[in-house]
Amino acid sequence: MSLINYASKEINCKIVYYGPGLGGKTTNIKYIYSKITPEQRGKLVSLDTELDRTLFFDFLPVDLGTVKGFKVRFHLYTVPGQVYYNASRKLILKGVDGIIFVADSQIERFEDNIESMENLIENLKEYNLSLDKIPFVIQYNKRDLPNIAPIEELEKALNILKVPSFEAVATEGIGVFETLKAVAKLVLRNLGK
Amino acid sequence: MGTDELNIFEEEFWKINQVLEKLLRETNARTVLLIDRAGQLITSVGDTSTLDVPSFATLSAADFAATAQLALLIGENAFSTLFHQGENQSIYISIVAEKLILAIVFDKRTTLGLVRIKANQVSKELDGIFKTIFTRIKGSYQKTIDSDFLSEAESELDNLFK
Repeated sequence: MSLINYASKEINCKIVYYGPGLGGKTTNIKYIYSKITPEQRGKLVSLDTELDRTLFFDFLPVDLGTVKGFKVRFHLYTVPGQVYYNASRKLILKGVDGIIFVADSQIERFEDNIESMENLIENLKEYNLSLDKIPFVIQYNKRDLPNIAPIEELEKALNILKVPSFEAVATEGIGVFETLKAVAKLVLRNLGK
Repeated sequence: MGTDELNIFEEEFWKINQVLEKLLRETNARTVLLIDRAGQLITSVGDTSTLDVPSFATLSAADFAATAQLALLIGENAFSTLFHQGENQSIYISIVAEKLILAIVFDKRTTLGLVRIKANQVSKELDGIFKTIFTRIKGSYQKTIDSDFLSEAESELDNLFK
């Protein structure tokens, strides 16, 4: 649910990173946190387990700056990827304005990606949302690893809707900004529609 | 159906702020925040100088969402309020206008009982204001988000994420 406040001149939008566990969602957000100036971002909130796995979510507010007098802010969230945290995942999708699906390119994670995508579609239904109605992009992460599936196969399995997709190595920041920028632009275009 | 949008105009915003200011005054609370269910701050009154407001808003919404699920697990429809008691400061959270979160941060200068009573009173006033906001026809605000706005926003995006 984007929030447009005409009095305080603020526009807030919520973007969620979704995908299988250990796929790199938190790595994406941490990279963004490390690369933009403190003036343009808030605190990174991580609700994780002792083993650094996301338990509930990570949260990072990013200020785009002032556009035509309005302060535009994106709230970035990750969901916990592990299968058994579905109740938490569902909650984070509440009020979502745009989704980035972070797929793990490794061959052994192929099925996990598909399962997570199906889970996303299922969870969105609860909010009367579907991927064709919401700004949505896909990131194929871990492209630097040796045992990865070809992009064509990943596209065939995951990108049924032919949405914008990006190759990434989130640990090095490759593709991280491109992915976020793409979904952010779609979210902005969707405002007021 | 696309995503919902919450649009708040000047007059409504000041009305909301007035109601919250009154609540702050009458309860002697430290801070009052109004947050949407997605965790975005609508407005706040009182002292926020030492509070990380975006984090507070996000965590309150998550807290409420998680508690609502707990309610369902034991066969309740919802828990309408949450209370977190600290040594020096406490937080009282309740739902207003069906989809918004009212969070009140208070210390020993007031009591939970007073906070609860006053919060209940203002929730009716807020219901009325938000009824207008929620029923407003979509599209009446499109003047702001025009092609100029979009091209400017997109170039800001390119600058930020170089």
